[in-house]
Amino acid sequence: MKREVIIIGGSAGAFDSILSILNNLDKSINTPIVIVLHRLKNTVTTFEAILQRNTHYTVKEIEDKDKIEKGFLYTAPADYHVLLEENFTFSLDASELVNFSRPSIDVTFESFSSILKEKCFGILLSGSNQDGAIGLKIMAENNGKTIIQDCNEAEFAIMPKAAKNICNKHKELNTKNIINTLNNEFS
Amino acid sequence: MITLKELDDLLFTIKKQFDYDFMDYSKASMLRRIHRFMDINTMKNAVDLKFELINNPTIFQNFINEIVVNVSEFFRDPSFYKSLQEKVFPYLDSYPKINIWSAGCSFGEETYSLNILLKENKLFSKTRIYATDISSNAIERSKKGIYDNTNFKDYTKNYYECGGKESLNNYFVSDERHSMINSELKQNILFSNHNLVADSVFKECQLILCRNVLIYFNTDLQNKALELFYESLPVHGFLAIGKKESLRFSSVFHNFKEIDREEKIYQKIK
Repeated sequence: MKREVIIIGGSAGAFDSILSILNNLDKSINTPIVIVLHRLKNTVTTFEAILQRNTHYTVKEIEDKDKIEKGFLYTAPADYHVLLEENFTFSLDASELVNFSRPSIDVTFESFSSILKEKCFGILLSGSNQDGAIGLKIMAENNGKTIIQDCNEAEFAIMPKAAKNICNKHKELNTKNIINTLNNEFS
Repeated sequence: MITLKELDDLLFTIKKQFDYDFMDYSKASMLRRIHRFMDINTMKNAVDLKFELINNPTIFQNFINEIVVNVSEFFRDPSFYKSLQEKVFPYLDSYPKINIWSAGCSFGEETYSLNILLKENKLFSKTRIYATDISSNAIERSKKGIYDNTNFKDYTKNYYECGGKESLNNYFVSDERHSMINSELKQNILFSNHNLVADSVFKECQLILCRNVLIYFNTDLQNKALELFYESLPVHGFLAIGKKESLRFSSVFHNFKEIDREEKIYQKIK
């Protein structure tokens, strides 16, 4: 299989964009998607259930050593970092917080980029801290495609702005154009 | 930073020279830990790293301490401890003597959390806990049982969420910066070095806790560790693994039944 993955990172204010992207993604697309969203630990969330109602993908919260498959949308579990192994399986990691976050978007972006290089498609959405910026830069340097949410559109622009400030290779797009780009790229 | 090829080479050297076998650890996680170690010690490439590890015993010991993840907290996943008390403790109570293995005990947070709940459920006096870790540093820290006060607000919250009956402070002696676990809660715990990769069964235990340790292994080594746990458990003994870990890749999967699917508590049935 073509080892290509779409990885979406976000925090405060990213949820609506994610739903909009999923709802409008061409139904023929089945490239695996990984979503790393900062979320509260020790709470029962309906996050996955809501995602499932808005996508043609099968939604699965990641368990250690799950194999990445087409047609699946994977979510990072609360309180774990998500890494990629060479054999296209996930590994979880419960080590130190990074950017006050676990899961950290930087950690996942960097790990996936180190294995998949140009086969990574990274999207960084709204959020109120700087997590993801360094990881997205690494991804761009490894010739992956990188998008940040339009800083004027993002409810909290700190996250996409931080990425923009340290790397000028990212495309800055609003949600509608993120959807168009994904549909052009993957269908 | 180092490549996967260099990582393999490095792990092979460490195994040959120092008898620490990390070859079947998760490569993704190893790479992260090693990059972190290199960052902290301002090493630029695999050659620098290898040179220092071979020639500087202090650096090697730091390296071992650093790449083994020892991050934990008191009562991590309160819902797990709640379930443990409700579904496993009553069963344990039927034994005249209880042995528990806390495998991969890090700095002791989980072991002491368990011990506090054993005390509150009146199982303490007949229980012996064997707490093991690959890292001798972790074992030393566990024995001391001294923790930074910074996170105690979270620990207290966790403690009440899992049904704690007292004040968490009652179990510690504190100054402004640190809290030390009461010596009574150390008495029934035997802390020792044990390597899940190389060592074998040492005691029959009715409950084995090994949470968020297997995630750092590849599936081969996970399988090996799970077989070791299987061997160490009597029929009807319990195994608890991390919330996002799984038995399904293991050869012993069918020898267990799920006691709590969410909290990953299993019971050996054959």
